[in-house]
Amino acid sequence: MIRYDVLKTLLPVISDELVVCNIGAPSQELFALDDRPTNFYMLGTMGLASSIGFGLALVQDKPVISIDGDGSVLTNLATLSTIANNPRDNYILLIIDNGSYGSTGDQLTYAGKKTSLAAVATACGCENVVEVSAENTADAVKEALAARRMTVIVSKCQSGNVQVPVITMNPIMIRERFMEAVRSE
Amino acid sequence: MAKTIDRKIITDLTEAGIDFVTSVPCKQLAGVIEVLNETPKILHVPSNKEDEGMGLCAGAYMGGSRPAIFMQNTALGVVVNTLATLIQFYQIPLPMLISYRGEVGEPVACQVEMALHTKAILNQMHIPTYHFHKASDAEELPGILSYTQMCRKPVAILTDATFWRTAQ
Repeated sequence: MIRYDVLKTLLPVISDELVVCNIGAPSQELFALDDRPTNFYMLGTMGLASSIGFGLALVQDKPVISIDGDGSVLTNLATLSTIANNPRDNYILLIIDNGSYGSTGDQLTYAGKKTSLAAVATACGCENVVEVSAENTADAVKEALAARRMTVIVSKCQSGNVQVPVITMNPIMIRERFMEAVRSE
Repeated sequence: MAKTIDRKIITDLTEAGIDFVTSVPCKQLAGVIEVLNETPKILHVPSNKEDEGMGLCAGAYMGGSRPAIFMQNTALGVVVNTLATLIQFYQIPLPMLISYRGEVGEPVACQVEMALHTKAILNQMHIPTYHFHKASDAEELPGILSYTQMCRKPVAILTDATFWRTAQ
């Protein structure tokens, strides 16, 4: 399974939840699969999906899922220590780890070589870290939501993208409708 | 030890509705961070790097909070992309209380290097910039904070060594 397949299996689990989605292919694929006001798409700023989602989880009680990538987490690795040291049970960090920089030509990341992001998250002090196969990812997210326990999920999948269009929606529109979804009952 | 000016700054922030602050420390900001940690009205979540901090602020803003970031001017070398593609692109109001190292009174020569670029970077990025040099300059802080919310932009408040030395 590649990321697109993982996202597809996630839809029934995440469609009513607040989702902060990583820049590039992940956001474009999610947008093409199931655009919703509860999705915040990053159009730029590699590496900050985990931080934006975590900031949101820190100040309100609804569950927040950050869908991040292995390359993006590597670029903001210290985010794992911030998350670990300020735990919030409404926060789930889902790292789609396909071992490559998917949006730039599938170059290998270090997570695709020796580096284990699950081990790094654990070493940073994150208490609930699970590494799962692509096939078991939706169940892992479902369980984390049901347990209402801050969880870092590393989903090991294959490298590869599907052809989907660039998101042309205005950033203010993305933010405003997302904020409305955050505020709604 | 925190001074009156440190308390005044935090009071101005809480009165402006700021309820979330992330920080990367600087010696000049030690007093104000000390007061911050004693202020239950503000959730203080330190970050490791300022771009990470701006991500937290963007999320907090979308969750209904009013965030601010405390940082050193050297960090402007880190956050240009984040300011442009996240804070400015999505129009997120963000007061940045910045320790302006490398100005008169600076003991560390290396700090002067980024001081020389500080206002140039802010100017290039069209970021409204206020420079607190005299103690009385801080009287403008409440106005700057409401201006930030009004225009939904990142706004820089540079605080130099002379300010911190002379403000009581």
